[in-house]
Formats: sequence, structure tokens, C-alpha cells
Amino acid sequence: MPDSLTRAVRWDTVVGALFVVVLLLSFTTVDGFGNALNLSFLIGNTLPIALIALPMTLLVVSGEIDLSVASTAGLSGAVMGALWNQGMAIETIIPLCLLLGVVCGLVNGLLVTRLGLPSLAVTIGTLAAYRGIAQIVLGSDAVTDFPSAYLDFAAGRIGDTFVPYAFLPFLVLLAIAVVALHATPFGRSLFAIGAGEEAARFAGVRVRRQKLILFTVTGLMSALTGVFWALHYASARYDNATGLELSVVAAVLLGGIDFDGGRGTLGGAIAGVFLLGALQNVMSLRDVSAQSQIVVTGALLVLSVLGPRVARQIAVARAGRRAATAPDPKTPAPTS
Amino acid sequence: MTHPSDTGPAPVLALKGISKSFGAVRALRDVSLELFPGEVHALAGENGAGKSTLIKTLAGVHRPDAGQVLLDGAPVVFHGPGDARDAGIAVIYQEPTLFPDLSIAENIFMGRQPRRALRRIDHRATREATTALMKRLGVELDPDRPARGLSIADQQIVEIAKALSFDARVLIMDEPTAALTHSEVARLFGVVRALRDQGAAVLFISHRLEEIFDICRRVTTLRDGAWIASEPLDGMTEDDLIRRMVGRDLAELYPKQDVTPGEVALSVRRLTREGVFTDVSFDVRRGEIVGLAGLVGAGRTEVARAVFGIDRRDAGEVEVDGRRLTNGAPSTAMAAGLALVPEDRRAQGLVMDMSIERNIGLTGLGATVRAGLMDRGAERSRSLDWAVKLRVKYARIADTVNTLSGGNQQKVVLAKWLATRPKVLIVDEPTRGIDVGTKAEVHRLLSQLAADGVAVLMISSDLPEVLGMADRVLVMHEGRLTAEIPRTDATEETVMAAATGRAA
Repeated sequence: MPDSLTRAVRWDTVVGALFVVVLLLSFTTVDGFGNALNLSFLIGNTLPIALIALPMTLLVVSGEIDLSVASTAGLSGAVMGALWNQGMAIETIIPLCLLLGVVCGLVNGLLVTRLGLPSLAVTIGTLAAYRGIAQIVLGSDAVTDFPSAYLDFAAGRIGDTFVPYAFLPFLVLLAIAVVALHATPFGRSLFAIGAGEEAARFAGVRVRRQKLILFTVTGLMSALTGVFWALHYASARYDNATGLELSVVAAVLLGGIDFDGGRGTLGGAIAGVFLLGALQNVMSLRDVSAQSQIVVTGALLVLSVLGPRVARQIAVARAGRRAATAPDPKTPAPTS
Repeated sequence: MTHPSDTGPAPVLALKGISKSFGAVRALRDVSLELFPGEVHALAGENGAGKSTLIKTLAGVHRPDAGQVLLDGAPVVFHGPGDARDAGIAVIYQEPTLFPDLSIAENIFMGRQPRRALRRIDHRATREATTALMKRLGVELDPDRPARGLSIADQQIVEIAKALSFDARVLIMDEPTAALTHSEVARLFGVVRALRDQGAAVLFISHRLEEIFDICRRVTTLRDGAWIASEPLDGMTEDDLIRRMVGRDLAELYPKQDVTPGEVALSVRRLTREGVFTDVSFDVRRGEIVGLAGLVGAGRTEVARAVFGIDRRDAGEVEVDGRRLTNGAPSTAMAAGLALVPEDRRAQGLVMDMSIERNIGLTGLGATVRAGLMDRGAERSRSLDWAVKLRVKYARIADTVNTLSGGNQQKVVLAKWLATRPKVLIVDEPTRGIDVGTKAEVHRLLSQLAADGVAVLMISSDLPEVLGMADRVLVMHEGRLTAEIPRTDATEETVMAAATGRAA
């Protein structure tokens, strides 16, 4: 296996171990954590982060970022509420919302790929713009009276288990994302773009097309998350999911995805997501205020940029020692 | 060792019996070298011969395991680069490291500017000192100009001025000309001659032999870490020098095979990119090596980029094997059988942080696929296959390419493109910055490819290479194709005349 991967895997292990430690500590020391109902809440509340983290991981691997995801989710929820108030059928509304997400993503993608603008700047702009449109669309209304079958699906769990219904479709999407990133030529090209965009272009990789696809899918997934959010919390408001982009980016970076692109695994990113979700759940159970939770998320963001770098330096130092004692480096080893 | 007595009685700096090992690798074995004031001395050797280690020993970066460094005849021990600098030894590297937003004067006196009262920087004194340095070097550079935007040659001149400001008596120049154009080399050499005439000792390293013969008086050759010879260049030929470096005759530096060209494989018609090049038309036939010569900036690389589709063309057509290429689409060019080995291997040829395997694999993403998924076994065997065929020297195929030497990196780029089994191969400066042994290997490879029916377009600023390898030479001047010269008529004179626009 190439160095970049083994290094990332090492950080994955760190995050995975951290996740286990947090779970064990929470099971033993936090009242009300271990029961199935709370665990289903934990998963349900983490799903919005997880859903957006899937395309975000691919985006960051290719060296780009989208900070407008939470606003796109909010806009999608607001449009859903407004159309529902107009009396449109929910079966029509949801596809329209998803289409809207595609448009939001396309706008980001076209601004980045056609005009060559930095995605950080573009999506900070659309972060404000999409949220503003959401407020224009729905005002300060809260729409809550969606059909109960949908609400039950989005908020309910399978029998008395800790598994929310919505977790199952997420697993399917996760599988698709893992395959796309780690087992297809498309995914391979994303790593190349992130690590050396010009060289990727000279090797025939269609850089702009790949990026446009990623931004579009990110918009679509953000809109899907907006729909899920409104149903899960039975409330469509213009300010749904505000600040969610911070959690998503923190979780993805915590999972070992290099902010500079070209490095990381989806497994690590998802471990980062659920580590963050578990921490947020514990803090809520311990009555930590929402503001303090944001502080913790911010601190994790910094830690997550620092952590993989330190891990990599340790790995490099170790590889250096190994190379110094290696018996015969001449034979090309067919190892993995 | 003999040397003409008019160069002065004693060496200013000398190495005696220097050895240096890194682990099991003996980088230098019993190497001696003498640098005399007022003399430019060449250090020759292939990549890995020990040149860098020797320079770093002189510069105080490495401490020798055995042997002595003598300064004005007295043994000295450098505990670090600072010691060497204080002793008057300065190293100019290939890539200058200036602060782009600071002025030339600020760069030269960084951290030790003349002060006025209250520790304020005395800008006027800084500027005047800089002007004086430039005058000594015989160049005109405005001290207030920011380093950004200076040509690499001028940046190196600033580095030299900086070295002078430290009262350097020994100047070590490590491949300073690798990225310079002809006229920039001339400008740099003017400065080096001025320094020499003022009594400085210069140690000069270059892969371009004609430069060594142009500016140096004596040469020391290293091979595999061992001292081979120190001798005057007078009376030596390039072949003599190559034999010293390589340890064998290298009559096969340009092993061009005779071929009968087949049908047209690459056809370029009236290709134009506004403001860059105009109305460029040519054919390359199967089995042919066509050289594309011209001065840097004539538009050769830009033509290659437009042909391959990295840049869009404003007008004109490109056909590969009769298939018209879509404008601005490298992927369709590749599908048609076109390959481009780009000029900048670190930024364009390779993803430096990726493994050898993945770099070679990058051009085969469409080929090593089963049911839409990557076939890792096929990817690995394709990469291994080509890495072995091109004799890339590596420890593991999963090592990142930035662990390889320049020549081996270039072989990976070639492997990556040959693995696509191209019908037309465009190579842009295929041997820049690689040693003479690897260079010969690359030439043999190109010749073999042509013999196997590949059409090769070779862009090169290395005129002997163009003359030695090409069946025909196309010459560009200021964005236009100005001449097509058959192999039999191609000489340095005819090519340079067309390249400088003096052709009839």
C-alpha cells in the first residue's frame, strides 16, 4: 500500500481508538447514555453531519471545500416548508428540493471551475446568499405539520433497537461513497487532483469536470440533509442546520482527511463524524450549553488539523529508522 | 598536481583525502581538490557521483569522516555553514531563495542592514552598498526593485552579490545554469568572469559540458564517490570528459538508428494561439524523430500544449492517425494515441507525493478497470512492468516519487506515458537536468521507439541532442515555424540562424 494510505490508516486507528474510548467512558460514566433510545438519538442527530461528510470528504481530498452546505440544507428545508404551505404534495416537493440542491451545487462548482475562483471564498459567499434566500422564502415561519408517515420515518427507530430507520439508507450511501473514492478510477483521479492538480491535468484527468460533479453532488446531499432535518425535527425554518458546516469540516479533518488535499480515507472521516456526534451527545446529556459545544467543536477542528500531521511525522521518523535497518532495499517488494 | 604558475602560488581552499559515509553508503572516498584564486574550476560527474556531498563538505554542512579541509594552507574544521561563510566560502544553488516581496537591497542585507540611530534601518546606506556590489559584478540592477519578477539569472546574480557582501573568496555554484536560457547564461558568465578577474576562486558544476569548456580552466572528475582526475581542460575533448565521468566510451550518447519514415501519424495544420504562436503546420511520420528547436520563449512548449489539448487552440487542426482531436481535451488526445512528456517534471509530469505505482497508473485509469472498479492487480503489474522495462532504480514500487533522483523521476514520467502505448510521443526537454548516463539511456529509448514505428516530436534546447537524434529539425522563432532542416543539413549554425531569425 502506498505510504500516503498507510499513514492515513494510522491516523484512522487513532481516531477509531479515540471513538472507542469515548464510547466506553460514556457507557460507564454518563447516566442515560447507554440505553437504546439515547443511542438512536445520537445516531439520528449525527446523520446530518454524516450525510454531508460523504461528499465533503471527496471534495477535500480533491483539494476543494464547500462551506455553503448548511445554508443549502436550510434553503432546501425552507423551500420545502413554503411549498407545503402552498398545498403541494410532499411527493412533488422533495424531488424539487433535491433539484434545488443540485442547482446550488452547480452554482458553486461553475464559479470555482469556470471562473477559477477559490472554493473557500466562493462558498463563504454562497453560505450567506443561500441562507438569505431561505429567509426570503419562508420568513420567520416554522412549518411543522408534515405528513406523519414521513415524520415517523425520519425520527423513528426500528422496534426497540438503537437503529433509526434513516440509518439504513445512509449505510447504502456510505457504501457508494467508499467505493467511489477508494475503488474507482474516479476516486483515484481525485487523490491525484488533490496532490498535484497540474500533473493530473497533464495525465488526461478531466479536473474541472470531476470538481463540478463533486460540487453538484455535495449540493444534492446538502438538500437531502435539509429535507431530513426538517422531517427529523418536525420543523422547517429558514435557520435550520445553521453552523452545521463547522461540524462537517471538523469531523472530516478529524478523520484524517488532509486539508491540502490528496490524502485520507472515508473510513477515517466517518469515524471522525461519529466521534464528534458522541461528544455532542454526551455534552447534551451533561447539560453543556450549545455555545460551549461550539467551542468544543472549534477546538476539535484545530486538533484535527494538528493531529494527523503529528502522526505523519512520527510515521516518517519511524520509516526512517526502519529504512536504516532494512536488510536489502534493492528488490522491488510486491508488498501491500 | 601541476598547474600554471600564473594562477598564483597557493590554493585558497583545498580538500585532502576526504572520505564521507552515510550508513553503508560511501559517498566520498579519498577525494582531493584544490581551488586557486582567479580560476574557475569545474566539478564533473554523474548524478550520485558525490558532487553534492563534496559541496556540502566545503560549505560546512557535512563533516568529513577522514581527510582535511585546508584554508590558505592551514587545516580548518567547519562546525556548520556559518563557519564556512565566515571563512569566505559561499554556495549559490540552482534555485535561488530570495524573499520575493523584498527589494534586491533588502534581500542582500537581510538581517544585517546598516543601522541609523535608534536601531532604524539605514535605507540609503543599504542601497548604496548594493549599488557598489552590482558595479563590482558589472551588472545594472536597481537595488529598489523587488525580487519578484527577476529572471532566475538575475536572482542568482543577487545571490552572488549577497555572497560578495560577506567577503566571499570562494564561490561554489551548484548547477546554476540548469534553468537558464542561452542569453541568461551569457549574462551569468559575464559576472563569473568579473569575479574571477578580481581574484575569486570559483567551483562550477553543470551537466552541460559545453559550459564547462566555455568558462572553466581545470576540471576535477568524480565517479561513484571516488576522485578520478584533476586536470586542465586545455586539450581535452567532450568525449574525454564523458569517458572520465562514465568510466567507459560513450560513443552511444546519440544512438540514432536509421529508419524509413512511414505514413503521417501526427498532422498539425495552421495551428494558432493568439499572441503565442501563429500558423504552425507540420507532420510527423511513423518511425521519425522530429526535433523542434528554437530559443526559450519561441513558443515550442506552447505548441506542444495546444497539440495535446492542455491549452485551447484559437485556430487550426490536429490529427493523430487521421483522427481529428477535440480542442482542449487531453483525454481524447490520449485516446487517439498521443502522449506528452512535459517540460516541468515536478509540477506537470509527476504527482510528487504519490507512489511510483500510482503515478504510472494515472495514465491507465481507463485501462486497469474491471466492471467499473479499479483492478489493483492489473494496475500494479502494469506499473511494475514499465518501471522495470525502463530500469527505474527504486526500493519499492509503493515509494513516493520524490524519493527518486531526477533521472529516475524522468524515467517514471516516460514509463507512465509509454504504458499508454502511444502512436505519437511528444517529449519536451526530455533530458534536462539528468546525468549523461541516464541521458544516453533516454536517447536509446527514443531511438528504439522510433524504430518500433512511434512518431516522436522532440523539443529540446540542447542543440547537440537535437542534431544527434532528429531526422528532421523544425525551428521556431517568435511564435512561427521558420525552418525545416533535414538531418544532413542540420548544423549548429543553420539551426541557430533560423532560431534567431537570421535565416534566409
